[in-house]
Amino acid sequence: MIVIVTIWEIISKTNLFPTFMFPPLLIPNDPGGVTVLSTLVNGLISGQILGATGMTLGRLLLGFSIAVILGLIFGYLIARYKWVDDTLGFFVTALQSIPSIVWFPLAIVWFGLGNVAILFIVTIGATWTMTVNASTGFKNVPNLYLNAARTLGSSGTHLVRTVILPASVPHIISGLRVAWAFAWRAIMAGELLGGNGGLGYLLDMGRSLQSMDLVLSIMIVIGIIGTIMDNQVFLRMERSVARKWGVGT
Amino acid sequence: MKVKLEQVNKSFPKGKTDSLHVLHDIDLQIEAGEFVSLLGPSGCGKSTILNLIAGLDSPTSGEVYVNDKKVKGPGTDRVVVFQQGGLFPWMNVMDNVTYGLLLKKMSKKEAEKKAMEGLRMVHLGNFALAFPHELSGGMQQRVAIARALVMDPDVLLMDEPFAALDEQTRLILHQELQEIWQKTGKTILFITHNIREALTLSERVLLMSTRPGAIKKSFRVQAARPRNPSDSVIVDLETRVMKELEEEMEKVLKEEFGDDYRLKTSAVRDRDRDYMGDHI
Repeated sequence: MIVIVTIWEIISKTNLFPTFMFPPLLIPNDPGGVTVLSTLVNGLISGQILGATGMTLGRLLLGFSIAVILGLIFGYLIARYKWVDDTLGFFVTALQSIPSIVWFPLAIVWFGLGNVAILFIVTIGATWTMTVNASTGFKNVPNLYLNAARTLGSSGTHLVRTVILPASVPHIISGLRVAWAFAWRAIMAGELLGGNGGLGYLLDMGRSLQSMDLVLSIMIVIGIIGTIMDNQVFLRMERSVARKWGVGT
Repeated sequence: MKVKLEQVNKSFPKGKTDSLHVLHDIDLQIEAGEFVSLLGPSGCGKSTILNLIAGLDSPTSGEVYVNDKKVKGPGTDRVVVFQQGGLFPWMNVMDNVTYGLLLKKMSKKEAEKKAMEGLRMVHLGNFALAFPHELSGGMQQRVAIARALVMDPDVLLMDEPFAALDEQTRLILHQELQEIWQKTGKTILFITHNIREALTLSERVLLMSTRPGAIKKSFRVQAARPRNPSDSVIVDLETRVMKELEEEMEKVLKEEFGDDYRLKTSAVRDRDRDYMGDHI
């Protein structure tokens, strides 16, 4: 980390590139000049970056939640009914291989350039991986648990709630993790192209103002959010399941 | 008559057109309060019989009755203890044991009280809050037995419940299961491939033949309880059952390794013909 920062600073100071293309991270090149750190701090204080982050996260969470719910429903149907697996299951594999940003032109035509279009590609970006993971989880619920529950009198939605869902939790968590990453990619691409506020829009603004310090600040923000989600949310979920189930560490 | 199977046949589809005939004309009757073992080599269809009674599978032809009622699906009057226990790893011991009770619309308090009684019966009163993976194999199986017992089933179905345990644990659990059976008077169908286990535990041992599975012979074990494996009645029965079982084993092995396979060497057929004793 320190090495990378140092190298960056040195390159920035050599005047190989103009300052706007290669802004320094910590120490300004000329007195009162810009640094990534100062832009980041100013942006956070003025609320510009903070507001954009909030906006992006709001959209992201909404799209992600819809995708997770859809994914669970589709996944269940695929696991439960053979004919759904043969039709939708096959289709999902194909859809999964299409990068979600490809949907954007279609989304703009359908919903106009705005929130809905962005939400649409976020949802569509995360739904398919969630579906695939959920259906794998549901399909791999050991028969032993199902039989045990059924002989104890469980059936229908009770069986789904108390056995099928909990038994597929490990698969569902890894699905959430991947779906979250896909949703991030989708929202960045969507906001870059679609405008209308958010971190992606700010990135585009940074590009047009030629202020790479802003662009780099946003990249740092994205990196921090990603790390926090992965370490604090998903990894914790995985660990707590592993501990409860007595698998792994 | 608690459990009655009439002319039950079962085949499983194998490939596109073929089918595997697993059970052939099974007639079986278990009386109330009886402890019956089904004994047979692996693959003879003994677990299939248990699944049919449990309602987890349906017969291709024939009828299965429990309490003079036709079995149509799983029900809480027939609870199964599986070989791997089948405890839910995401629930602690208490939640596992109360699972079926709460489904019976019992209040949580009442269910927990009953579960505690069940757990005490299998000597696990102190482990109510533990998770299944924190328990040894024997303890997990005890929880599974408690979970089945608290349901107060008419018939307790046990599918090789002790097969995965080590010998010492198994011996202890044999003792405990006998005690539980004597105390509760449950009808138990116990599935095993272990002759001694069948003889130590049950009143009646049904020996199964293989491919297709059928009930070959029935042995009544008239030894005093608690059973002692070195009891002369049991030792005598063991040799008799072993002899019958060997025939079945040979049949299975022949099918697997070809017709020239024999379990025992024969002096007539296997003598080295070139050996004339000329070294004398």
